[in-house]
Amino acid sequence: MRWRVGTVAETVPETPVAVSLRLDVPDWPGHRAGQHVDVRLTAEDGYSAQRSYSVASRPGAERVELTVLRIDDGEVSPYLTTVVEAGDQLELRGPIGGYFVWEAADARPVLLVGGGSGVVPLMAMLRHHAALDHRASVRLIYSVRTRRDILYRDELAQLAGERRSVTIALTREAPDGWSGHVGRVDRDLLSNRGWPPQEKPRCYVCGPTPFVEAIADALVALGHEPADVKTERFGPTGGA
Amino acid sequence: MGIVNRGFQGRQQQPGAGLIPPGQYLVDDFPVLTAGPTPSLDLDDWDFTVIDESGAQVARWTWPELRALPVEEITADIHCVTKWSKLGTRWTGVAVDTLLAEVETDAEYVVAFSEGDYTTNLPLSDVVDGQAWVAFGYDGADLDAEHGGPARLLVPHLYFWKSAKWVRGLRLADDDEPGFWESVGYHNYGDPWREQRYWGD
Repeated sequence: MRWRVGTVAETVPETPVAVSLRLDVPDWPGHRAGQHVDVRLTAEDGYSAQRSYSVASRPGAERVELTVLRIDDGEVSPYLTTVVEAGDQLELRGPIGGYFVWEAADARPVLLVGGGSGVVPLMAMLRHHAALDHRASVRLIYSVRTRRDILYRDELAQLAGERRSVTIALTREAPDGWSGHVGRVDRDLLSNRGWPPQEKPRCYVCGPTPFVEAIADALVALGHEPADVKTERFGPTGGA
Repeated sequence: MGIVNRGFQGRQQQPGAGLIPPGQYLVDDFPVLTAGPTPSLDLDDWDFTVIDESGAQVARWTWPELRALPVEEITADIHCVTKWSKLGTRWTGVAVDTLLAEVETDAEYVVAFSEGDYTTNLPLSDVVDGQAWVAFGYDGADLDAEHGGPARLLVPHLYFWKSAKWVRGLRLADDDEPGFWESVGYHNYGDPWREQRYWGD
């Protein structure tokens, strides 16, 4: 799969430590909601480093959007979140991954469960759903530490509606006036804000490994078919 | 092509950096990559089978039977397609050579199959001659379920998705049949030193 050169058209600060990079990528082949790309940075002396980032933009969007969370001791994310600016070029290749994807041809209800930056590929699905005014009902449960860590906060509020519910769970604070959930995502919340297993939802779970393990186990315990629970793990090293 | 990202230096002095394949970086922890929930397996119902290219089961071990086979200690570097590499990991397991010792076959390929529907395909020549094991111990302890316990395939010279977690058997095949990740965009062979991550690499 070949490397392409994208040009950063816009950088959008999402939180104090997260930035969305909107890229113009000539001859982008198109992606499916949930796929990722590899980004490669190269130093003057030829040294290079690669990391994978989920695509946040919907299929068919004009620009390829990547949302990058800064990892303090990371090698690539500090550069992408603090150095890169509009006009810079980045090498990327993709789209990659044909498993953790939601297809518009699928009429079944959908449950999206994201922890931290694990919401990024789910956002591509939600945006895709909204752009198509799709008939399936989607429920997003999004776990995040504090209110200021919420990615896409305003857009999520706009996207919420009749066939798209958005539940945000704050795990580290209970701010005044907060009407969402407080505490970890557990079986009760998955029951109350997700789908009963009889509805046979497609479940997509993305986040750090302990989060994904806990949610996937809880979904199976609630009666969802393991084969309907698709997982993708995130984190500084792809794991915890 | 090839561009330079102004001001990017990266971790050029990473210890061991010369020991890892292109595009990889070193980790100290042991990340997890799985497509779905971690299965819980009952060792009383567990078995490991070998199916030959005609579809016949030609070998079978229960858990105690597998554990009674000769055990090998393996130290290997492992490389995940998601770009982490880990050096000097220590495993215990049974060599695939041992499992295939009594099997007569002309097959050129093998499909490792796991709990659930996970499969991965390899040339048979890549799992014999001391290149692959069914591993049940990691770093001196039983292999954790989230890392593939009770037993996983270990094929350290290929990207680590080929080391199928929760492995339950090997099926020999005359023709190459892409497995789970191989069917959704990942390279059919997966040599990390040739950076064979994706279709077309």
